[in-house]
Amino acid sequence: MKRRKVDLAQAPVAVARGTDERFQAATPLRALLNKVFPDHWSFLLGEIALFSFIVLLLTGVFLTLFFDPSMKEVAYDGPYSALRGTEMSAAYESSLRLSFEVRGGLFMRQMHHWAALLFMASIVVHMARIFFTGAYRKPREINWVIGIILFLLGFFAGFTGYSLPDDGLSGTGLRIASAIMLSFPIIGTWLSAAVFGGEFPGHLIIGRFYIAHVLLIPGGLLALISIHLALVFKQKHTQWPGPMRTNTNVVGERMFPRYALKQGGFFMACFGTIALLAGLFQINPIWLFGPYRASEVSSASQPDWYVMFMDGLVRLMPNWQIYIGNYSIPPLFWPAGVGLGVIFTLPLLWPWLESRKSGDKRIHNLLERPRDNPERVGIGAMAFTFFLVATISGANDVIADKFHISLNAMTWAGRIGLIVGPPLMYWVAVRICLGLQQHDREVLAHGVETGIIRRLPNGQFVEVHQPLGPVDDHGHPEPLEYGGWVVPKKMNRVGALAPAIKGFFFPVEKPAEAPVSPGMPPVSGKDREEIGSGR
Amino acid sequence: MTSDTPAKRRLRVFSRGRKAPSRARRRFGAAVRMLAALALAGGIYTAFAPGAFAEDNRQLSAAALEGKQLFDNSCISCHGRDAQGVDDKGPSLIGVGAASVEFQVGTGRMPMVRQEAQAEQKKPQFDETQTKQLAQYIQELGGGPQIPQGELVENLESNPEALARGGELFRVNCTSCHGFGGGGGALSSGKFAPALHDATPEQIYAAMLTGPQNMPVFGDNQLTPDEKREIITYITLQLQQDRDPGGLFNLGRYGPSTEGVAVFLVGITLLVFTALWIAGKS
Repeated sequence: MKRRKVDLAQAPVAVARGTDERFQAATPLRALLNKVFPDHWSFLLGEIALFSFIVLLLTGVFLTLFFDPSMKEVAYDGPYSALRGTEMSAAYESSLRLSFEVRGGLFMRQMHHWAALLFMASIVVHMARIFFTGAYRKPREINWVIGIILFLLGFFAGFTGYSLPDDGLSGTGLRIASAIMLSFPIIGTWLSAAVFGGEFPGHLIIGRFYIAHVLLIPGGLLALISIHLALVFKQKHTQWPGPMRTNTNVVGERMFPRYALKQGGFFMACFGTIALLAGLFQINPIWLFGPYRASEVSSASQPDWYVMFMDGLVRLMPNWQIYIGNYSIPPLFWPAGVGLGVIFTLPLLWPWLESRKSGDKRIHNLLERPRDNPERVGIGAMAFTFFLVATISGANDVIADKFHISLNAMTWAGRIGLIVGPPLMYWVAVRICLGLQQHDREVLAHGVETGIIRRLPNGQFVEVHQPLGPVDDHGHPEPLEYGGWVVPKKMNRVGALAPAIKGFFFPVEKPAEAPVSPGMPPVSGKDREEIGSGR
Repeated sequence: MTSDTPAKRRLRVFSRGRKAPSRARRRFGAAVRMLAALALAGGIYTAFAPGAFAEDNRQLSAAALEGKQLFDNSCISCHGRDAQGVDDKGPSLIGVGAASVEFQVGTGRMPMVRQEAQAEQKKPQFDETQTKQLAQYIQELGGGPQIPQGELVENLESNPEALARGGELFRVNCTSCHGFGGGGGALSSGKFAPALHDATPEQIYAAMLTGPQNMPVFGDNQLTPDEKREIITYITLQLQQDRDPGGLFNLGRYGPSTEGVAVFLVGITLLVFTALWIAGKS
């Protein structure tokens, strides 16, 4: 028998050639694999959201295999003895079965819930990065808008998911949602009746929320996330200013292999973190909440953290009922109806508001350091202070109890903080930005502090500064222009001392950016001499 | 005689065989009758009305006497002489019962450190015997609810439904203040419902029976002793012993607020550090 000669080393080449001959894949693939991405840790925050979303899809599919979205009343007869014999909806019963009887079911449920919290958290952190660095400016306004809508969709995905198990806590949340709908003038009662199919709670809401939660909202999320990423691809990623980086180029790593490997590793890290949270920390113990009964409302009934700001605004709203003839506008309408609308509309319009105010219609591919735009940072600080005070007020009863503060004091602190906090933080943020700017300018003008104190003939002490650039005839540094990037502020950053040891786990960073001065070759750790006072 | 009416006959009984009595005799008789009536009224009053000096004659048991000693040393400044109460300082303890004393003193809430919204639980100032003596004193002073003898936790072997019934009753009656997980919750103006993590069956029973601090009384006509025992069964066997799954740490079971903190402190922090590790920094 004749042995066929197969050269294994040549096999990938053959496969690749065959593929290209059939599909003409090489040209687009080369462009894709060679695509360059700028490298900075803050550019990975959005990826956390993307990877949590993938985990959400995977675990969510598992949960749908066992969940029964029905409000039919059944008696529980499972292994959890503290509910045995209790009447409950089939949705709650199947959630209990999923938690106690399905192998790995509780772990998957907890993973799903933690992934949802992480998804929303990373969206907010990512959004903060985009905002404070000005990455939303032209040409990326639409991607900013898509991001806000993604948060809104995530908000509703989270709320519908939170409602599905039909336990005591989620039913209370639904009751509040129904009350918010009812508070809308004119359309309120119709809106609530349309959503719940009649009077709250009805028999339809779980089925409706189920379809919204597993099909409509994830579909929307998937579509918008695809557009979001496609736009990042098409418009290219922004980059920090720095040596060789301009508004018209992208400096970074190629997609393949380094960037793809990093992303793959980061996906594993996200997956692992979510699994760690799910394995270590109990989340949403629905069996303690019992089946939903309108008469049972627990203290510390809160929504998940990303809805808590609304709960907080509702808690802080004074009891101002407006009567118009026979009609009334309940106070709930202002925080929950108008408030939510404003909180989502203002950020949506922000890129255009800013460019209108500044008159800046140019294309920006370079990021701005937060300190270089104090006004923007101030407004961001205002928005986040508002959000934070509202969110903390959403949990004000838990905080009041655990920190031994009067609940009334917490409410008033929230009311005052909501009004006084944002302007105060605006001022603080602007002052910090200006201070940082001033220090950068100072170093550029006078040089780096050396720590060497010189005594002048008249007895005065001055610190010797190392100029960053050339000096004039009198030895004064010539003024340097600020480049929008980190100004070296320590002698070891300009190569005068041995490299500082940095890195989180082991020394990874060499002072790559240290410029080599022709007059003063860099000093290595071996042959450096101690800097004395000159005596 | 037959024509006599009964009234006339009755009249005749008093005047039978007598002439009209003399004036002096009439006066003397009236005085005697007056005295007799007064003695009768006074006697009935003395027999039935609680006299102002009744305590002086009350026979306290030996334990109650010890309790009175303790009371007079430690409690009298707020609750007053003989537990009558002092305006704006402390309520009267007449009728609160031994159960109330055993709860308040046994959990260290009494004596109070200072006048505030609610007494905090702390290390008890009196040992068990002293607490019992105080309770005995208050009980003998004015009566009131007492913790029943016997087992307060249902045996799940013989009565397996008690746990589920207790859970149901707990969710209906207790969670609105103490929370689903029994972690406690805030009330208005610095008052609070304490956590139930370390409450003993006796304390829970006494609390339901007497309504300490800001808790309402759940009398035996609202929650029968059986129902109280079922609630205690649920709290002690289900909530306190953490017999539910879901990881190593339940985050205090304060609901989504601690979960939100955890996702930032653990999730986001871990991943930001990972990002710092794998990506460029400047």
